Amino acid sequence: MSGYILRRLGQAIPVLLGVTFVVFLLMYLTPGDPVELFMGQAGIVSQEEIERVRREFGLDRPFLEQYGRFLGGIVRGDLGQSIIYRRPVAVLIGERLPATVELTLFSSLIALLVAIPAGVVAAVRRNTWLDGVGTTVSLLGVSLPGFWLGLILILVFSVTLKVLPVAGRAAYGTGLERQTGFLLLDAMLQGNGPAFVDVLRHLVMPAFALSAGMMAMTMRLTRSSLLETIHQDYVRTARAKGMHQRRVVIRHALRNALLPVVTAIALNVGALLGGNMVVETVFSWPGLGRLVVEAVESRDYPLIRGCVLVYAVTYVFLNLIADLSYTVLDPRVAVGGGRK
Amino acid sequence: MRGRAWRAFRRNRLALAGAGLVAAFSLLALLAPWIVPHDPTRGDLSLRLRPPALAAGGEWRHVLGTDNMGRDLLSRIIDGSRVSISLGLVVVVLCTVVGVALGLVSGYAGGWVDTAIQRAVDVLLAFPYLILAIALMALFGPGFTNMVIALAFKEWTTTCRIVRSETLALKGAAFVEAARASGARPARILFRHLLPNVVPSAIVVATLRVGWVVLMEAALSFLGLGIQPPQASWGTIIADGRQYLYSARGWWISTFPGIAIFLFVLGMNLFGEGLRDALDPRLAEVPLPE
Repeated sequence: MSGYILRRLGQAIPVLLGVTFVVFLLMYLTPGDPVELFMGQAGIVSQEEIERVRREFGLDRPFLEQYGRFLGGIVRGDLGQSIIYRRPVAVLIGERLPATVELTLFSSLIALLVAIPAGVVAAVRRNTWLDGVGTTVSLLGVSLPGFWLGLILILVFSVTLKVLPVAGRAAYGTGLERQTGFLLLDAMLQGNGPAFVDVLRHLVMPAFALSAGMMAMTMRLTRSSLLETIHQDYVRTARAKGMHQRRVVIRHALRNALLPVVTAIALNVGALLGGNMVVETVFSWPGLGRLVVEAVESRDYPLIRGCVLVYAVTYVFLNLIADLSYTVLDPRVAVGGGRK
Repeated sequence: MRGRAWRAFRRNRLALAGAGLVAAFSLLALLAPWIVPHDPTRGDLSLRLRPPALAAGGEWRHVLGTDNMGRDLLSRIIDGSRVSISLGLVVVVLCTVVGVALGLVSGYAGGWVDTAIQRAVDVLLAFPYLILAIALMALFGPGFTNMVIALAFKEWTTTCRIVRSETLALKGAAFVEAARASGARPARILFRHLLPNVVPSAIVVATLRVGWVVLMEAALSFLGLGIQPPQASWGTIIADGRQYLYSARGWWISTFPGIAIFLFVLGMNLFGEGLRDALDPRLAEVPLPE
C-alpha cells in the first residue's frame, strides 16, 4: 500500500513539470513583446531602453534557460510582475485566493448536504415517485449552464423579490475587519453576528449556482452506489438478523456506498474550481476566477500565466488526493494495482 | 446485435425524447435562414426592449420580445443555434477522430509511443477545462476556428483514454492473433479489426460530450472571449442581456437563450445515455472528466 502511494506521488512529479512547461510555452508563443507591453506603447521608450529591460528580465536568453529561470521562480514563489497592476503576481493571487476557496468550499458543502440524503432516499425508495423526482432533478442539474442559473437566481431573488444582494462578498459598514480573508471565519473570530449573516447572504446565490452540477452528479453517484451495496450479502444478513431498515441502510450499506462518493468529492471540488470564472463574473465575486478574466481582457500575460499555473497545480493535487483517498478507504485498490 | 441495440434504444422513452429534442434543434439550425421570422442582425431602435408576447405589453409580432438594439430575440436564438450546435459538433467530431486514432495507436503500439501519448494526456488532464480554453483564447484571439482549437485542445483525451483501454483488452483476442498470424500488417489490424470494435464506445462518448462542449462554448462566449458580434451564439446573447436583467428592464434577453442551451444539452445527455445503455452499458462505470 505504501508502495502504491509512493508510486502515485512519483507520477505526479512529471505531470507537474509538464504543466509548468505547457504554461511556459503558452506564454512564450504569445504574439507581441512582453517588454513593450510592460513599458507602454512602442515609440515612447527608446530601443536601447527596451533592450536593457529585455536583458534584465532575461528575455534575450535561450528558450531552455528562460524555462529554467521560470521554474526557479516558481520554486521561490516568484511568478513575475503583473502588467496592469504593476505588482507581483503571487501577491495578487494570494489576495484573491481566499474568496475563491471560501466560495468553492461553501458550494461543496451545500452540494453534499443536499445530494447525499437525496441520493439515499432515491435509492431506498427506488422506482417510486420520490426516486423519479430526484433522478429528474439531477438530470436537469447536469444540463444547466451554471452562470445562467446564477443570472436567473439574481432575477428572482435580487431584482424581483429584493431579498438577496446582487453582487460582491459583503456590504459596507458591517464593521468586519479582514484577518484571514475568509470572511465567514473572520466574522466568527470577531464575534460579529450581523456581518456573519451579511456574508452568508452574499454567499448563498453564487454558491448555489456553482454547486448545481456537483449536486446533481453526487446525487446520481450516491444513488447508484447505494443500489449496488444494498444487494450485497452482508446487507441481507443484517436485515435477516431482524435489524431495523433505517439502521441497515445507514450503518451497513451507506458506509460502503459512500466510498466512491468520497473520492468523487475531490474531483468535483476541482471541477468547481475550474468552473468558477463564469459564476464569479456573474456575481462580481472578487476571486481568482475574476482575476483570470480581467487578466485575459487586458492581455496581462504574466498574470494569466500565474493564475493558470495555480489552477493546474491545485487540480493535480486534488486528483492526487482523490486517488489516495480511494486507496486509504478501499485497500483492495492498491492490491489490484490502481484505480479502475 | 445491432438490431438488439436498436430495440433497447427504442424502448427507452427518455432517450427517444432526447433524440427528439436534438432532432428538433438540429432542424431549426439547418433551416434557420428560411424560418427566422425577422432578420436576426438588423435592429430597429424604435422597437427596442419589447417584452415577449405573453408578458404585459408584448405582441405576437415578436414572440420572445426584442433585445436592446430592437432585434427579434427568437430570430437571434434560432440564428445563434447554428453557431452553438455546429461548434459543438465540429469539436466533438474532430476530437473523436483524433482520440480514436491516438487511442488505437497508443494501445496497440505500447512502449515509448504509448508512454509519450499517455504523458501528454496526463498533462492536459491536469488543466481545468475552461481555464485552459481561456488561456488559449487569450493567445489566439476570438473567432470560430480559434474556439474550435481551444475547446478541442483537451477534449480528445477522453476518447483517447477509453479507446486505448479497449484496444489493450482486444489486443490479445483470438481474432487479432489470427490476423497477425496470417500476416496482416499493423495498419490493417488497426483499421480492419480493432477500429470496428471501438467505434460503438467512441460514438457513445462523443454523444455524451456534445452537451458539455456546448456549455463550455456558452461560458466562453458569455465571458466575451468566444464568438464576436455581429455573429451571435447562445452564450453571447445571454451576455448581451445581462445588464438589462440586473436593471429589471429586460429579463427575457438572457432568460430564453439559457432555456435553449438547457433544452439542447438535456436532449443530448438523454440521447447519449440512451445510446450508452443500448450499445455499451459498461461505459456507465467510466467517469467522464470535467
